[in-house]
Amino acid sequence: MHIVDGALSEPVLAGGALLALAGVAYGLKKMDYEHLPQVGVLSAAFFIASYIHLPIGFSSVHLILNGLIGLALGWAAFPALLVALILQAVFFGFGGFLVLGVNTFNIALPAVMVYFLCRHGIAASSPRVAAIWGAIGGAGAVAVTTMMVAGSLALSGEAFWLAAKATLIAHIPVMLVEGFVTAAAVLLIRKVKPEFLHLAEDWDNA
Amino acid sequence: MPQNLEHSGTSWKGQQLKHHRSVIDILDPRVRVAAAMLFSFAVVLSHNFAVLIFGLLLALLVAGLAKLNVKRTLRRVIAMDMFMIFLVIMLPFTTPGREMFSVFGFGASIEGLLHACKIALKANAVVLALLALVGTMGATTLGHAMAHLKVPEKLVHLLMFTVRYLDVIGQEYKRMRRAMQARAFVLRSNMHTWRSVGYLVGMLLVHSLERSERIMAAMKCRGYQGKLYLLDNMEILRHDYYFMVLSGVCLTILVGLNFY
Repeated sequence: MHIVDGALSEPVLAGGALLALAGVAYGLKKMDYEHLPQVGVLSAAFFIASYIHLPIGFSSVHLILNGLIGLALGWAAFPALLVALILQAVFFGFGGFLVLGVNTFNIALPAVMVYFLCRHGIAASSPRVAAIWGAIGGAGAVAVTTMMVAGSLALSGEAFWLAAKATLIAHIPVMLVEGFVTAAAVLLIRKVKPEFLHLAEDWDNA
Repeated sequence: MPQNLEHSGTSWKGQQLKHHRSVIDILDPRVRVAAAMLFSFAVVLSHNFAVLIFGLLLALLVAGLAKLNVKRTLRRVIAMDMFMIFLVIMLPFTTPGREMFSVFGFGASIEGLLHACKIALKANAVVLALLALVGTMGATTLGHAMAHLKVPEKLVHLLMFTVRYLDVIGQEYKRMRRAMQARAFVLRSNMHTWRSVGYLVGMLLVHSLERSERIMAAMKCRGYQGKLYLLDNMEILRHDYYFMVLSGVCLTILVGLNFY
């Protein structure tokens, strides 16, 4: 999911950086100190998810979890993912420095979208419906991220179009796995700690 | 792709990694962060081969000075290279230009190959410089340096919390995986695996969050008000000035080569 430094063109880098900056600023404003630990936990979870490898066919994929992070955090997903990406770049050499903005935007925007589209769905009283919305959120976030990664590449030059298409196809299994995993995680969190997904209020109203 | 190349860090060991002290370590963290940032700008925005090769050599030199663990660094850099290898391999075939050779009827152009080499040079130079200059300092030090460099306090706070929880969640994850293994759970590509891993992720988050709430309560009890106290007084000393002058000269050469 990370794009390395050097591949993208300058306008794409600058655009991504500006959009990510706006998202992070808004996310920081929305996040108060009370929620700092929760945001930190999810930021760390994104990091850890990248080394949970699941076998699929002859290969394996790793979890991204940006759908689940979005469901739990909303706009605060922007700063959370920025921090995780900084740590990955600096201590593990994953990605790069100038692409931080593009990478943050590509991963965090779908997370925020999932938050607004699916948060009512996962609060449904029927667990089945909630699981389906969880799956849509998990798979959808990865799908949109992949499209944005492909888009960033495609915008940087016609020569990247093939690579962009390959990225899209290569991530179909990831979407599948991510959908199932997020659905199961949503089901469990609904039962054990509904306030984690901001469900407590909806519960009382029901 | 072999497992050991897929992700450079199979576990977050934080700062417990073995690291030999080097000249880079005595430099002021702010200077190191700023140098790495400026270097990234100079390299990524250049389109001249001389600049990129000089940049990579500089990055290698700094990595040598920082006494980076060769095996670990190599693993990380190769992991990143695997990440972009498809992009780099495809480029010669998708860029129009003079044909150099052809594979199965697809012509590879020189222009595409040069472009691919540029990307590889840039990516490797930046990652090496980041690992050498910034990756060798403690995560907390990085947070403090960022705070001194006027990064918003909330973001720095978040970084510190995240570093702390990486350790907590990483250990929790290992414990739960071991418990699953003890019950003969094997990862496969089927529904059962995905559901179990989903429950694992969910439980991981719930455990960690409850722990974070306890930590928060304990911190509040000791008077935490969301203020970051920077107890270390970072000072720019003489050797920092030497380094600044030296890196200033190198960066000027890097940028200057573009116009040569």
